[in-house]
This record gives sequence, C-alpha cells and structure tokens, in this order.
Amino acid sequence: MNGIHDLGGMHGLGPIVVEKNEPVFHHAWERRVFGMFLPLAATGAFGVDELRHAIERMGAPAYLNTSYYEHWLFAYETLLVEKGVLTQSELTTRRQQIAQGPV
Amino acid sequence: MGENHTRPLSEIEIRVKALETLLIEKGLVDPAAVDALIDTYEHKVGPRNGAKVVARAWTDPAYKQRLLADGTKAILELGYSGIQGEDMVVVENTPEVHNVLVCTLCSCYPWPTLGLPPVWYKSAPYRSRVVIDPRGVLKEFGTEVADEVKVKVWDSTAELRYMVLPERPAGTEGWSEAQLAELVSRDAMIGVAKVAAPGK
Repeated sequence: MNGIHDLGGMHGLGPIVVEKNEPVFHHAWERRVFGMFLPLAATGAFGVDELRHAIERMGAPAYLNTSYYEHWLFAYETLLVEKGVLTQSELTTRRQQIAQGPV
Repeated sequence: MGENHTRPLSEIEIRVKALETLLIEKGLVDPAAVDALIDTYEHKVGPRNGAKVVARAWTDPAYKQRLLADGTKAILELGYSGIQGEDMVVVENTPEVHNVLVCTLCSCYPWPTLGLPPVWYKSAPYRSRVVIDPRGVLKEFGTEVADEVKVKVWDSTAELRYMVLPERPAGTEGWSEAQLAELVSRDAMIGVAKVAAPGK
C-alpha cells in the first residue's frame, strides 16, 4: 500500500541535515521508547510489521512533522489499545496524573 | 527517568512515562530489561563492528569471498548477528561501481554491524532524494563520484539489510586489520562517503 511513508522520489522535502558527532539518542524519553520495543515484541503484543503498519497509518501531516521515536510511540499506543492490552482511558488518566505531579 | 525534574514534563515525556508505568504495572515490561537494551545499543553495538568486518575483508580474500556470497553468515563469523541483521547483503564498491544505501519506506538499517541509524538516514529529505539524485546527495556529503562510475542505490526492506564494503584506500599496504578498521567510518559503510587515504 502506498502512502506518505513511501517517500522515494518525492520532491521538495528540504535539505538533508547532518549532525556532527550525533548522539545515539537526543532525549531521555527516546531511550525509553527504543528500549520498550523488544520487550513488547517479546510479549507477542505486536510484531515488527504491525509496528511499521501502525506508523504508516499516521496521517501525512503527523508523519512528516513528528520525529522518528514519536512514530514508534504513536504505534505502541495505537497497537496496544487496538489489541486490548491497554485502554485509551487508562492512558488518558495516567497522563493526567503524571501532568499533575508525582503519582 | 522523570525523577527530580526541575521543569514540567513535556507532552511527549508525559506520554512515554504514562505508557511505560502502565506496562510495568501490567508486568509486560521490565524496566531493568529496558535499561539493558538501551545500554547495549547506546554503548556496545555500533559501526565499529562493521568496520572490523570491512577490515577483515580487506586483509583476507577468502573471507571477502564468503562475505559477498553470504553476508549474514560471514558477519556472524566475527560474532555479529541478531535483530535487524538477520538477512544481510554486502555490496562491494569498486573502481566501476559506487553503492549507497537507503530505506525509502522507513528506517531499515543493519543494527548488528552499524548500530542505530543517524537521524538524517531516517529523515524524509534523504529517503526521498537519494533514489532520484544520488550523485547530488553524495556531493552534499562531500563525496565526488566520477561520471564513468556507476552509482547503485540499494533500498533496504524489513527483511533484507545491506552494508557497503568500501574500497580500501591506497597507501595502506601492510597495515594490520586493527589499523585498517580505524579508517572505516559509518558513512563509508552506508555509502555516502569513501574511506579516505591515510593522511588525507
């Protein structure tokens, strides 16, 4: 299936920006997102292909305007809710609790 | 993460913390296992692995033959294998051909030999452009490829990962494998750079 992820040959996406001495991760949260991938895959919650498919289902503006590990996070949330591992309301409630201060 | 924050958490930090804490409570994710994976890919696996493979191929013709015939197996001889490297194809740069890698659909990259990919490799500008203007992209990386040299672009997939075997630079005759490995950069194994001759 083609979609916004199918970028090969597209024009006008701007210059290639190379960061000198780039760190493996840029933010602490990126480490956590990366590190959850294999344990989640190991539980059988989803496979690599499903993860990629979930990313490909992001809308075009979101896909182009969010970073790589945000794509992964979006896919985790999407798949875990779709498969009934978590509910959207559990996620929403927990986010509100965290935003309000120490749980 | 998250302890002793002096600033409010950002929206994405909140999302990540919400997800991780829920998964920990449900017993689906062990934070120690997450820590161990982060440490492995941040500190242990990286392009130095690939550089050793290249240096071995430069110094051992029989190994090079095995590497080009069955990349996965030959790379395993040096102890590198595993996720995102299950099926490896090594493509050789020669005076006639220059190879460069991309994953136009996402970010497929050979983790066991090169580690995690840099941001530019995963970015829309590189993925869109390297397949239609590879010479222009190479030039941006400071890599000149003569007109008579053929440029091949290899589009990785979820199952199949490529790695470039760069050309051994002149002036390295008699060098040890370890010395040669020092010369090999990540970018040379992606194919956006060449391995510079020593002293250049």
